[in-house]
Amino acid sequence: MALPHDGDEKLAAYAHPEKLVTTAWLAEHLGEPGLKVVESDEDVLLWDTGHVPGSVKVDWHTELNDPVTRDYVDGEGFAALMSRKGIAREDTVVIYGDKNNWWAAYALWVFTLFGHPDVRLLDGGRAKWIAEGRETTTEAPEPQPTDYPVVERQDASIRAFKEDVLAHLGGRLIDVRSPQEYTGERTHMPDYPEEGTVRGGHIPGADSVPWARAAAEDGTFRTREELEAIYQREKGLAPADDVIAYCRIGERSSHTWFVLQHLLGFEKVRNYDGSWTEWGNTVRVPIVKGPDKGEAPAVRR
Amino acid sequence: MSAVDEDPFSPTAGLPPAMAEIVEDFQALPERERLQLLLEFSQGLPPLPPHLAEHPELLERVDECQSPVFVNVEVDDASRVHLHVSAPPEAPTTRGFAGVLREGLDGLPAEEVLQLPPDVCSRLGLEQAVSPLRMRGMTGMLARVKRQVRVATAS
Repeated sequence: MALPHDGDEKLAAYAHPEKLVTTAWLAEHLGEPGLKVVESDEDVLLWDTGHVPGSVKVDWHTELNDPVTRDYVDGEGFAALMSRKGIAREDTVVIYGDKNNWWAAYALWVFTLFGHPDVRLLDGGRAKWIAEGRETTTEAPEPQPTDYPVVERQDASIRAFKEDVLAHLGGRLIDVRSPQEYTGERTHMPDYPEEGTVRGGHIPGADSVPWARAAAEDGTFRTREELEAIYQREKGLAPADDVIAYCRIGERSSHTWFVLQHLLGFEKVRNYDGSWTEWGNTVRVPIVKGPDKGEAPAVRR
Repeated sequence: MSAVDEDPFSPTAGLPPAMAEIVEDFQALPERERLQLLLEFSQGLPPLPPHLAEHPELLERVDECQSPVFVNVEVDDASRVHLHVSAPPEAPTTRGFAGVLREGLDGLPAEEVLQLPPDVCSRLGLEQAVSPLRMRGMTGMLARVKRQVRVATAS
């Protein structure tokens, strides 16, 4: 049984207000049957230092990624993970995390690949919950295993691969990395050899909108009005556009994917999870350096 | 010295004793428990001494870390290194690595710190649990520690 939606006024303005809950809503419904709370952080130890009572940790690196191939877990892997975390297919899942919900949005995107019917983000994430002095615990729950069904992952509608991006050149792309990563000046920093890409810059035609612009000071999402000002008025995107977002490994761009798809109601938004660690290391793909978007070259077949 | 210690591919190869001991402690545990040990190191990281806490400008920011992490290295009259790190409670993994570096390095001669292998943080056997991207910040922290030691000993 899905839990009721949060009727908060700010959320109501979004295209899909049912994808978010406020901290007040979560505090009110915590512990109700059918609600499962998931924390997903950049820092693998953060949940252990204290978390929302009853929440389980889902780690993007060790639990959502396939341990061998650069891909996500498959249907069986996801079903096993959900069972281990005590999550049933019909549960309402609320995900929260650190860093303005950056990793939480990534986890939500992966849950969406498996079509989990009701998955929401906690607006403001971990930082807001803690800033409001709400209850936390270091006690680890002991989830009852569930019989979560094996559901085949559906990549096509919200995930873009390198070939999709090549075919998309000339279309709308959003680069959500820092300005220094966008221009390409951030690839050859002295002393730090593990930067991960052999070329710096961005995909031709990509607009630069650093992901955190969508977050307010307190880590909540900016209002619908503010988001429209950034993505629609400033960048000229329209809800009917076919948009691909990318970053370095697809985590920060999940946050932007969430904003465009669920808060602004864009119809076709894909996250390119290969992102710069794939593009910037790929032989003979077009790259633009510097602050200009650049022209997309003719598609090479 | 046993034959194992001389193995150039051993996780403790080329490490000073305190650091070698920490690496052995991690390696002796199953992977899941290694994270718990890292958590303990994060809890054991001491606050900055007053002379640094009151003068944050003396600390250098580690840009590679996502969180605001600052390091300061002092080299005393006996040419021994003292490491101070400030990392927020929201970054327990970073705090844990800082705690490892501090316990493994503090009081070592400057020479020995400079000779530490750059991959010391990846000797803890946490690659499976902590992603390579997260490890990048740790390598950055050690690089900055060494640079500060070089600056302090050059003058």
